[in-house]
Amino acid sequence: MTVRQLPPGIDATRLDLAREFRARPFGAHSGDLQHLLNVMRGLPIANKHVLVMTEPHRQWTLAEMTGQPPLPRLLSNQVFHSLEEAEWHVFKLRWRELTGAPLEID
Amino acid sequence: MADVMAYCDPQSAAPGETIRFMVSCVGAAEYRAEIVRLRSPQGPPDAPPFREEVVETVANGSYPGRRQEIQIGSWARVPASPLFNGLDSFTLQAMVWPTTPGRGRQALLGTWSAPVAGGVGLGLGPDGDLEVRLGDGAGGIATLASGQPLQSRRWYLVAASFDAGTGRLALLQRPLADKTFHAHRTVVTDMETGVRPAAGDGPFLFAAWRDDGPFGIGGFYNGKIDRPRLAGRALTPAEIEALAGDAIPAALADAVVAAWDFSRDIGGETIRDLSANRLDGETVNMPARAMTGCNWDGSEHDWTRAPGQYGAIHFHDDDLDDARWEADFSLTVPEDWPSGCYAARLRADGAEFHVPFFVRAPRGRATADVAYLAATATYTVYTNNLARFTGDHVELYQGRLTVMDETDMLLPRHPELGLSTYDRHSDGSGVCYSTRLRPATNVRPTGRLWNYCADLFIVDWLDRSGVGYDVITDEDLHRDGQELLDRYRVVVTGSHPEYDSKAMLDALDGWLRGGGRLMYLGGNGFYWRIAYHPRKPGLIEVRRSEGGLRAWIAEVGEYHHSFTGEYGGLWRRQNRAPNALCGVGFISQGFDASSHYRRTAASHDPRVAFMFAGIEDEILGDFGALQGGASGLELDCYDEKLGSPPHALIVAASEAHSNTYMLVPEEVAIPHGASDGVQNAGIRADMVFFETPGGGAVFSTGSIAYAGSLGHDDFDNNIARLTSNVLKRFVDATPFELPGAAS
Ligand SMILES: [Fe+2]
Repeated sequence: MTVRQLPPGIDATRLDLAREFRARPFGAHSGDLQHLLNVMRGLPIANKHVLVMTEPHRQWTLAEMTGQPPLPRLLSNQVFHSLEEAEWHVFKLRWRELTGAPLEID
Repeated sequence: MADVMAYCDPQSAAPGETIRFMVSCVGAAEYRAEIVRLRSPQGPPDAPPFREEVVETVANGSYPGRRQEIQIGSWARVPASPLFNGLDSFTLQAMVWPTTPGRGRQALLGTWSAPVAGGVGLGLGPDGDLEVRLGDGAGGIATLASGQPLQSRRWYLVAASFDAGTGRLALLQRPLADKTFHAHRTVVTDMETGVRPAAGDGPFLFAAWRDDGPFGIGGFYNGKIDRPRLAGRALTPAEIEALAGDAIPAALADAVVAAWDFSRDIGGETIRDLSANRLDGETVNMPARAMTGCNWDGSEHDWTRAPGQYGAIHFHDDDLDDARWEADFSLTVPEDWPSGCYAARLRADGAEFHVPFFVRAPRGRATADVAYLAATATYTVYTNNLARFTGDHVELYQGRLTVMDETDMLLPRHPELGLSTYDRHSDGSGVCYSTRLRPATNVRPTGRLWNYCADLFIVDWLDRSGVGYDVITDEDLHRDGQELLDRYRVVVTGSHPEYDSKAMLDALDGWLRGGGRLMYLGGNGFYWRIAYHPRKPGLIEVRRSEGGLRAWIAEVGEYHHSFTGEYGGLWRRQNRAPNALCGVGFISQGFDASSHYRRTAASHDPRVAFMFAGIEDEILGDFGALQGGASGLELDCYDEKLGSPPHALIVAASEAHSNTYMLVPEEVAIPHGASDGVQNAGIRADMVFFETPGGGAVFSTGSIAYAGSLGHDDFDNNIARLTSNVLKRFVDATPFELPGAAS
């Protein structure tokens, strides 16, 4: 399966979607936010961001999948203490990757 | 850090019985083993504390570390015979359906020995064309290739013949006619060689050749082989065609050395030779049987009714039915150990590995009114689910970033641990067999809160309830049947008892009819049919046939279990939907956020007054360690069409599910788009209660996440209270009365 690229109307100007995600990374989303997330989460496994749980249910470290079979390679400067925090960080990285512009938000 | 991995056998033992532990420890001179009793999982900070208690036993101690290897990949072998190594002229032939042509050299059949370059071997060359090699073991090798790669997933007649008198070596590669318009052509080629085969004095192998290494095997093949033959002279193309039929033509009887028929003994590991020589052999590592053969015409889907069309074996380079390790230590369960969830906890140089096992009550009796049914069938089919981490769609359907820990990472680093029935083989075909006789990276009290780990939330609640309990396992239930359940008044399930054999369902059904009380505290339960191997313990088969939420889809015609002949797939497709047994059945899954239940008017029915004693809340379970709510992950709902009893009370139903919750495919005849939890009110968990004719009753929660809410706020919450109310009433012998039974 290939997930479509960003559809018309979802672009770097849609800061409302970023705010919606930051406020509620898990749970019901608007249609446009879900569409954006499907594109982000549908990225191929190679170099995809994942989390390595470095302290049981307390600390997670950003990693990316490399090799075959894919294994997480730690990006050890990024440590999170909640999954919400981690989701937001990766959302910003993917936003930049997909829209070409950094996510600058208050 | 060291790599420590282990498994045990048996997984369930009564006092006086002995469990052996098989350990591989690499990178540390020794490891420390402790037997622990597990009373709760290692959960998030807001969950109850991790209760892992070391149990004093002589098995505890330090043991020397050693590496134990696993040979992954399946093959078949016929013991060495003078009829093989005495061959000078020969023909090797088979029908083949390769699935990874071009992925390096692969063996089809023969006596080829790579270390000495001796014997004869027919196989696929590095580029996926047909190749025959013969060697004299003294440096002389003749190789002939067709030069035309075989296409993946197409049937071919392939043959190599050699006349020692003339030195003529010939190849035939003919695509079988099918209903496609693929370009294809028959290749016939030959050469002359001075080499004469020798040193092929070992076993005759299929899908592998003899090689260096600890197991002396290599060259694994991905794909099917049907009706392989060996003749003692160079057959003509017409004779090869004739020998590819179902039976040995009389005119060729003298020439034939062996004609194996893989459609015989499909349920076993034996392969049968139809010739007078009776050169029978065996499969190793459980390649898939009951696979459609080169002559399957679609008219029959049940191999037991047309075995002659199921003469193919599908070999995979990542099949595994048993790690075959030696035991490092053992534990004889002392007479005074209470039934419960235990594990061997192994530690070495910063690494930790748990090997869970279950102590059951002394044989033939119960020590409590309540049995906790550990879902070992589900644990086994999920064992070493690699695609959970590496699949392209995982983050999409999970609705959250993939999380791994150190133990999870053992799996991609050790592909020899084998796969789960949630994975595909390296050739893309579905994994239909799974064994517990190997280290499991995902059956443990730590890490991802799923199955075994999440089930410990229920164990924790039960343990603190003060009502005693015994632990029984799916495998015990399969073997012992209803007699095992008849010793108990109440059975409490785990969070996700998804897989059942017919014997298991029959036992539950019969026991309920006799007055048993079932507390199904999970979601997506009683969903798939499985077959336990009749002789090899702990080996389970799943065919992901028509319908259902499937990690892979069985090939058309391959819906029947090889172990038993039973039609595989959803119980729902076999007139035994879970709704009939427990009142609810699978409707949706999602993994980003859990939700709550809302009480219904029916919850005020006097029949369930016992359940709601002390509970005033309308909203139930808007909290929990499994994504914040009691209703989530996998959900079941009431459906009268599927057998939910009309007198059942839906006492609560969940609501407000998110976008990642989608209707299961068996509920979507025409895709309509309004299939997610935001738009579709049908996506919900129904909490259901009903009485049974024998004075028993069923309570079902229809949600995996329910388990994670029990311990919230130190077990002082409406989910724990409600569940404990049910347990208390269910333990009470007073029969339940079936409403309206008198009329
Ligand atoms: Fe499942």
